[in-house]
Amino acid sequence: MRAFKIPLLTFIALLLLGVVLQFSVNAYIQILILQILMFGIASMSLNLVNGFTGQFSLGHAGFMAVGAYTSAYLSQVFPGFLEHTHLLGFFLFSLAAGCMAAVFGYLVGLPSLRLKGDYLAIVTLGFGEILRVILLNIEPLGAARGISGIVPYPELGFLDRFWVSFAYVSFWFLICFFSLWRITRGRFGRQFLSVREDEVAALSLGLSTTKIKVRSFVIAAFFAGISGSIYAHLISIITPTIFGFMMSVNIVVMVVLGGMGSFTGSIVAAAFMTIMPELLRSLQSVTGVDLRMVIFSLSLILIMIFRPTGLFGELEFSDVIKKWKRKNA
Amino acid sequence: MQDVLQHLINGLSLGSIYALIALGYTMVYGVLQLINFAHADIYMMGAFSSFYLSRWLNLEAHPGMGSLVLALVASMATCAVLGVTIERLAYRPLRNAPKLNILITAIGVSLFLEFTAQVVFGADPKVFPTLINDVALIETPFVILKSLDVTVFVVTLLALGVLHYLVYHTRFGKSMRAISHSLTTANLLGINSNKVIVITFIVGSALAGVGSVLVGLKYPKIDPLMGIMIGLKAFIAAVLGGIGNMTGAVIGALLMGLSEEFVVAYLSSTLRDALAFGLLIGILIWKPSGLLGQNSIEKV
Repeated sequence: MRAFKIPLLTFIALLLLGVVLQFSVNAYIQILILQILMFGIASMSLNLVNGFTGQFSLGHAGFMAVGAYTSAYLSQVFPGFLEHTHLLGFFLFSLAAGCMAAVFGYLVGLPSLRLKGDYLAIVTLGFGEILRVILLNIEPLGAARGISGIVPYPELGFLDRFWVSFAYVSFWFLICFFSLWRITRGRFGRQFLSVREDEVAALSLGLSTTKIKVRSFVIAAFFAGISGSIYAHLISIITPTIFGFMMSVNIVVMVVLGGMGSFTGSIVAAAFMTIMPELLRSLQSVTGVDLRMVIFSLSLILIMIFRPTGLFGELEFSDVIKKWKRKNA
Repeated sequence: MQDVLQHLINGLSLGSIYALIALGYTMVYGVLQLINFAHADIYMMGAFSSFYLSRWLNLEAHPGMGSLVLALVASMATCAVLGVTIERLAYRPLRNAPKLNILITAIGVSLFLEFTAQVVFGADPKVFPTLINDVALIETPFVILKSLDVTVFVVTLLALGVLHYLVYHTRFGKSMRAISHSLTTANLLGINSNKVIVITFIVGSALAGVGSVLVGLKYPKIDPLMGIMIGLKAFIAAVLGGIGNMTGAVIGALLMGLSEEFVVAYLSSTLRDALAFGLLIGILIWKPSGLLGQNSIEKV
């Protein structure tokens, strides 16, 4: 039980925070917060592949799409199930979405992870594009219209919708964070690091690097699927174009900005990347044109040139605080 | 079956355009081992520069060789300048950084060009002026050979001829090939690698400029995102032929153009984009080094 102490305490703290947020901020900010948590899950999972295993994937949005479509389709086919089971139904659907995405991750990863660097980036990008084209042609999944009117998270008694969504999303958020944290700090996860640091050395130690890479890919795809399923129920409309190349790049930027190999960095970056475009909206009224994406891409280049390790580098938030304390002591 | 010849012509003409762009990818990859994601957007900028030049000089009123050459020169110059600027400002500071960082920078540059173009030129598509009258040169019941297709072939062949001369018969070409063999050794032998890399970017980008005008003539609709798809396909063509290998890039591009034309003609047009990526994944699984590439074994 000791292993669950910190996650449980954090969960309770987040639930209380949810109550505070419900009464203190307006709906617009509430939605932003939910999106930050959702993108946090996506960017943390991508960090496992990009940051910890050193494999560059550009198709993470594809796995989100798989998850989102699975969850949305299930909730359309079994609407009654959700009404009777409340959050348990959503949980099962998310789980199914994650497993579906993990299966895709396995199928994509097995052939493509033999490739390295640039090639892998292009293949994963290709996977995302192929998936988009396929989704555009499947009529039961709405083709280009996508799926709309997806069931949102319910109200439970006196608990309002925001609080329930917040509790549900932070539940998955914590599962994602703590399992990834534990994985990367154990023997199982050290193998990922060994592949990143030196693949040849890892091979000569008798590790099957392809197997390790596929594992990391499958775990990441699972959580991407979860995050996609959350997206579907939060935004309640999904189309194939949403989960395109831009979404993948967006998540990659979160990982890079936060620091490859730092989960807390990914979370901070996810928050930054979600809030920043909203703040820059006011800039638009001054300049008259939408400069947000220009600033976004320019800052990506500048980060790479001037701070290639991202905000935190490989340090976690707790390490940064420790370092800062030591400096000031 | 009588359309086959016509599709062959169309496919070859599409393929030669891919070839011009694929060469830029393959040359830069040869010297820097970098996928220059921005290449596709350099190409887009070339199309826009020749579009604005022809509007400014009202070239559409006098279609012919002169107008075509003017547009080509404008586009090539813009692309070359842009290519050098990008190399100097974005890639050179990262010459010794991990490859992942350079790749992300390349994506950043690509996005920057796309979004800047959307702000400056507007996101709506523009109609590229007709610089060459499209008349049928040979007309038989089976096949029509149009002047546009002939122009595309001739210009491509000229560009390839110049490139061949540059790479295999000049000092620059020799140093470029040396660098793609081994950058460190080339440096040790007194080759100014930075200079050669800059010239590589100039040549590669200028080829993309040629390609952009030809695409503008053949498919006269240009918009800021026009580079993405054609760039990816050209890149896949380069991988198909064996990246870093210039003959391979041309062969890969022609194969790509032909297969795309035939898939659209005989199967389904929605499969057009999926085909390219399917081809890529197939190639990478069965022969990652490409048709003409050489297998390299990693040594410790």
